[in-house]
Amino acid sequence: MNGFSFIDLRLLLPELLLAGTVLILFAGDTLLPDPVHKRRYLTLLALLGLLASAAAALDLSALMLDYGRPLTAIFTGQVAVDPIAMLFKVLFAAITVVGVLTSLLSDELPDKHMGEYYALLLSICFGMFLMASANDLLMVYLALELVSIVSFAMAGYRMHDKRSSEAALKYVIYGGAASGAMLFGMSLLYGMVGTTELTAINHGLVTLSGAPLVAAGIPERVFPLMMVVAVTLVFVGIGYKIAVVPFHMWSPDVYEGSPTPFTGFLSVGPKAAGFALLLRFFIGTLIPGSGGPGYDLDVRGVMPMAVDMPLPAVIGIIAAATMTVGNLAAIPQNNVKRMLAYSSIAHAGYLLMGFVVLSPSALHAVAFYLVIYFVMNIGAFTVVQAVRDRTGGEELHDFRGLGQRAPLLAIAMVIFLLSLTGLPPLAGFIGKFYLFAAVVKRNELWYWVLAMIAVVNSAVSLYYYMRVARAMFLTEPVKDEPLNVGLGYHVVTTALAVPVLVLGLYWAPLSRSITRSLSFYRAPAVVSPVAATTTPAPAPAAVPSPSLAPAGARH
Amino acid sequence: MILDAYLLSLMTFLPAAGGLLILLVKATEPLVNRSGAKVPPVVFRAIALVATGLPLVLSLRLMSRGWWPGVAGFDPSGGTQFVHHFVWMREFNIEYFLGVDGLSVSMVILTALISFIACLASVNIHKKPAAYYVLFLLLETGMMGTFCALDMFMFYVFWEVMLLPMYFLIGIWGGPRKEYAAIKFFLYTLAGSVLMLLAVIALYYTSRPMAGIPLTLVDGTAVEHTFNLLKLAELGQAGLFASATPIMGFAFTKIIFIGLFIGFAIKVPMFPFHTWLPDAHVEAPTPISVILAGVLLKMGPYGMLRFNWGILPDATKWAAYGVAVFGAINIVYAAFVCMAQKDLKKLIAYSSVSHMGFVLLGMAACTPQAITGAVFQMWGHGIVSPMLFLIAGVIYERAHTRDIEGFGGLASFMPEYAGLTGLAFFASLGLPGLIGFVGEVMVFLGSWGAPATMGTGFRLLVTVSALSVIITAAYYLWTMQRMFLGRFNEKWKDLHAGLTVTERLTLYPLGVMSLFFGIFPLPIFELINPGIHLLARIVVGTPSA
Repeated sequence: MNGFSFIDLRLLLPELLLAGTVLILFAGDTLLPDPVHKRRYLTLLALLGLLASAAAALDLSALMLDYGRPLTAIFTGQVAVDPIAMLFKVLFAAITVVGVLTSLLSDELPDKHMGEYYALLLSICFGMFLMASANDLLMVYLALELVSIVSFAMAGYRMHDKRSSEAALKYVIYGGAASGAMLFGMSLLYGMVGTTELTAINHGLVTLSGAPLVAAGIPERVFPLMMVVAVTLVFVGIGYKIAVVPFHMWSPDVYEGSPTPFTGFLSVGPKAAGFALLLRFFIGTLIPGSGGPGYDLDVRGVMPMAVDMPLPAVIGIIAAATMTVGNLAAIPQNNVKRMLAYSSIAHAGYLLMGFVVLSPSALHAVAFYLVIYFVMNIGAFTVVQAVRDRTGGEELHDFRGLGQRAPLLAIAMVIFLLSLTGLPPLAGFIGKFYLFAAVVKRNELWYWVLAMIAVVNSAVSLYYYMRVARAMFLTEPVKDEPLNVGLGYHVVTTALAVPVLVLGLYWAPLSRSITRSLSFYRAPAVVSPVAATTTPAPAPAAVPSPSLAPAGARH
Repeated sequence: MILDAYLLSLMTFLPAAGGLLILLVKATEPLVNRSGAKVPPVVFRAIALVATGLPLVLSLRLMSRGWWPGVAGFDPSGGTQFVHHFVWMREFNIEYFLGVDGLSVSMVILTALISFIACLASVNIHKKPAAYYVLFLLLETGMMGTFCALDMFMFYVFWEVMLLPMYFLIGIWGGPRKEYAAIKFFLYTLAGSVLMLLAVIALYYTSRPMAGIPLTLVDGTAVEHTFNLLKLAELGQAGLFASATPIMGFAFTKIIFIGLFIGFAIKVPMFPFHTWLPDAHVEAPTPISVILAGVLLKMGPYGMLRFNWGILPDATKWAAYGVAVFGAINIVYAAFVCMAQKDLKKLIAYSSVSHMGFVLLGMAACTPQAITGAVFQMWGHGIVSPMLFLIAGVIYERAHTRDIEGFGGLASFMPEYAGLTGLAFFASLGLPGLIGFVGEVMVFLGSWGAPATMGTGFRLLVTVSALSVIITAAYYLWTMQRMFLGRFNEKWKDLHAGLTVTERLTLYPLGVMSLFFGIFPLPIFELINPGIHLLARIVVGTPSA
């Protein structure tokens, strides 16, 4: 059993740096007197902390890839440290950097409490880091709650705004219910296998599934009803975080009521973290022999236990419902922020579709799409924020004539919206292409249905995205004078629009780095079906070993 | 010659480069304004004319039949030429692959020609000229790329790149119901192309190396799957897709055929997916109508020939009869709808639907003659329908109405205009000696000789379609009569009777071409025949799915 050792702290450096920054921010909030300068200094401080922890994460990732020992679990198996976790940490840090920058520019946040605001924002980031690394049900729950509870406070940050308070309250109530369901699911899992560590749960599940079959290398009937219930309940908790139907109802209200810079952050940060956690949870528990350098892929390139699990039924239907409900509900919205809230529900649906497949290419597609989704979605929210700050409204008619009044901003918005639709040659298309490709690759009836639903949805989504474009370019402006957007917003939106364009034409470096980070989940070579069935695999350890043997118990 | 490899890349990206230049000029406008001067809109127009003119000049190279000693033109029997090929994205075996063959060469030339004419005709665009020309040039890049791309992924990217400029070109510079028309066009086309996307991905994952057909990237790396359209056609013709795992219980090729076909049929536009076209045409400004009718509609049949016919010949055999039925419906139904039109532009739009029906019918018949006729009909329609829209634009520019009933006796008032209109109308209705006749008669003759497997019902379809030419003649002649003959409506006596220089510059070349290719269609046939005949032989020789 891995106990605590000081050397492990080295592996926790990104989190430590972040936690340190949070503390300094709190201190700085009280120590710096001048509110205007305070805002700038604290922003700088927050950015430095984030960049340092991102650098540490990159460094660790490189270290692990070089060292050839991709997974290490520290603190008695609570926290997993592997390249994919590091990849997500870099992504979360980037999301938070943009969140900090948009908060700096925002008129909605008073100077007075900026230190507190940044500290809370970075605390969420800290929670997201842990979500990406959680390797134990306990840590899963703690990380998730850390993100949730701080988010509640942030949603209600504009204390005197009724909508903001309403948003916070809705968020709390839904959050409480969802985490209750999740805890129940976790307790069922614990009851079945007697451990809370994900990898150990996996071993336990293999044992549960009937020794003779397992000995023959066929993990058949792994999922009795109880297991399905338990996994589904855990999924409720994560599903709430990523806002999938039917756990999505909080999100439009919270998105609309929260301060806009926080809405932008919320629409990508916790969502990405939720998917990172989902990845961690499903891979950890469902892939036989994970913890080793590779595992046997199914003939179709699918993870074996995922084939047995009724994932298409449980998650596939949720994915289809999520994208459909999100898109249909977005159509009549006149508040652009609310429309984008529904649109991000729809995007959670597309992402979840990748999960249904649960093949290496699908996981790659999900991670890839998360990165692209971050850039384009937070970009769109930044434009909304700029319009809100300058015109005082975020309704569709506030966007009227923006193409004339602030052409750069309007062009950036069109780029973000079309990328969200998934039109080439923008990054969003490449992301969707990878997702659809992973689904179509399965070439089974339900996957085809799912892919059809998804493509029809992305065609539908064009309509409401183009409503904004229409307001900006096709209708006459309410006022004629140019909008003084300010340099800050131009810099941030352009800095986000450029990657959307570039990644649409040349995405190989990003794709490769994700492939490398996921290489741990990829078999070194696809075993031929004959060899897989005739060679009896060594039976897994009878007693689930809580430790994560680096070489893998089954190989 | 260095130009060989880059010819198509230049033709594709020169317009986009021109667009970029306009953006740069526009970006420096505040600086110029500060110094007291102004950037005149003619600068943008000049850049656009150069950027569309250069591809036209380069396209002469493709038409050349030894016009310049030492410079080889397109060799009709030489397969794929002017290839520009390198690995773009190793991750998904995506390549940058441009090239022309018998299927695409006439369309590439047509795109260059019609784009330049439409750019000339844009003289009346006074609202936001810089933005207009940037979008226009982007549109040309998309169109050119679609016809040149021989990598399935690239094809899809170019195909979609066209949508956004078109949306804004209709939506900003269009008529009263422009917003409705623009979003309808966008949604229809996108709905079709997302189905296409799934089919493209499925084709990719089903492709694999076969005996005698190794799959490699251009740099020699062996790969498992390919987006290379030529390789896919080879695989499809070798029967790989015919024997692929069924999808949802249906034969693989049939499902993929339908997915691709709907995407292309929307663009054709084929009944019942045609309703976006009249709206888009009526609302679009004249030059955009020209592009739409002249080039965009041709992408549907081109895509069908390149993808459905080329890669899935067995499913083509299976679907041919259905395609022919829809083609006949297009021809007859749209002709009758034309009879009822009061708006000149709407009438021309529906006549396009009707004429694209001939293309579908000819393609479905699968005989070399019929497919050649179909491709020639694409070329002919690409010459005549822009002319028709320009004609509608001329009168709208003067009278600000296109109501056919509102005119009368224009022939004596505007004789030159009446003459050109007559030429275009007769060319469109298929008068022998003019361009429309050649395509139609080839399609009918070829279809009549369709393989016996089509059954006698097929001949009935051909007969019905051929008879509809009478309706075509009827609506054109009736329109002539209402607009140009009879008593002159005094309301219009103050109109500018003569044609402007730009109008002449755009109308006469098209008029001359519709006469020239009507009498002497050989240059086009020489270009396309070998490639088309090969395709027809392949489809005919493949057993039905």
